[in-house]
Amino acid sequence: MYRVRRWSVRHARFFERLYAMFEGVLVHLDPLLSTIGYARLERPVAAVERTIKGFIFDCRMCGHCVLSSTGMSCPMNCPKNIRNGPCGGVRADGGCEVLPDMRCVWVDAWEGSQRMRGGEAIRDVQVSIDNRLQGRSSWLREVRGKAHQRRKMQEVVT
Amino acid sequence: MNEIGAFEKLIASGEFAVTAELSPPDSADPEEVYSRARVFDGYVDAINATDGSGANCHMSSVAVCALLERRGYTTIMQISCRDRNRLAIQGDVLGAAALGISNVLCLSGDGVQAGDHANAKPVFDLDCMSLITTLRTMRDESRFLSGRAITVPPRVFIGAAANPFMPPFDYRVERLEKKISAGARFVQTQYCFDIPRLRQYMSEVCERGLHEECAILVGVGPLNSARAARWMRKNVPGVHVPDEIIERLENAERPRLEGRRLCMELIQQIREIDGVAGVHVMAYRQEEAIAEIIDASGVLAGRSPWNPARRREASLQRASS
Repeated sequence: MYRVRRWSVRHARFFERLYAMFEGVLVHLDPLLSTIGYARLERPVAAVERTIKGFIFDCRMCGHCVLSSTGMSCPMNCPKNIRNGPCGGVRADGGCEVLPDMRCVWVDAWEGSQRMRGGEAIRDVQVSIDNRLQGRSSWLREVRGKAHQRRKMQEVVT
Repeated sequence: MNEIGAFEKLIASGEFAVTAELSPPDSADPEEVYSRARVFDGYVDAINATDGSGANCHMSSVAVCALLERRGYTTIMQISCRDRNRLAIQGDVLGAAALGISNVLCLSGDGVQAGDHANAKPVFDLDCMSLITTLRTMRDESRFLSGRAITVPPRVFIGAAANPFMPPFDYRVERLEKKISAGARFVQTQYCFDIPRLRQYMSEVCERGLHEECAILVGVGPLNSARAARWMRKNVPGVHVPDEIIERLENAERPRLEGRRLCMELIQQIREIDGVAGVHVMAYRQEEAIAEIIDASGVLAGRSPWNPARRREASLQRASS
């Protein structure tokens, strides 16, 4: 929902903290998740993710969530799916070139990023996405990657 | 094919560069391309061929550039992400390089809603930034995005667009920096009618030293009348025309001439701004005015860019001696 989405950007710092906590918990639960099986969890988790993020961010389930790098404003809501900043067509009032009644998602993203502690990530170049991941859970993908990284780090330490 | 192109050399030399936009014809006749290019002869260093600008269908940019390169013109091929996915774009870039095209401008492209085929499917598989990284991967790592090897990589000079004149203003320089880190080495901006805003943008650019990594060509163009200016402000996405400009045209006795004079003055002022590497002239339906404007502005400083007539003279001289 547009108004909820705008509200979330205004509370980007809160969502940044919330997500960090949530992800931390899931990474700790990795042994359990692995036992159940990530493949088996994919559909139910994706369904939950779609509902929650759909409501809060108008998430499009691209499968490559970058909300933490975009001020909590989902770039897939840009009619051109631009994942790397505002195009040249932004209107003087900050409106979208294609949908004038919608505020440019990148004007919002920039404001959101200013509120976040890790807002600097808006500078990262986002590479092209893997279209096969459309509809799949970003949460599981992130958690699995981070848990894997953590295990590797522990192996190095021990 | 693996040599540095004329435009890249010119930019490296530090000369003030002049590029112009050619709008591709709605025709299969190559003569229409040549007649549109002829008005630039001897006044511009490279010609941009737009890729379905405004989401309207025209002859493809790769074909326009290939035709022009055949006659010796230096071209800048615009690629928009709107109509083609990563397979098509990479294939086109290889083909373009094989046809002698060595400059590419990476754009996201206007939304399909803006054009004559509003019912078309927008592609946007890549965005301008991932398009830049894609071309860089092809050129520098000799491979496609898939990882598969390219035997002879395309030697392309990669450019991008910039718009310092629209919000979010404090993000615009950041975005330029991002395009540079992705691999852009020249940018052409949207129409500039607001010199103070450009000055501010350029001072930030120079502070960060970005002008040394990437040539910045500022977009300019003549306005026909106050009405045209208003229309542009309202209908062309991303163009900022300040009220003073519209007033000046409104009060002019001969608005068309005033528009050209204004364009010439803008070019002269832009030239004085630190860090600016050149101008990019976009004169839709006023292409014939470009030579006169460039000439009057004096930005070429006695330099005479390549033109086909010179080549003919040179070959005639060779033949007679």
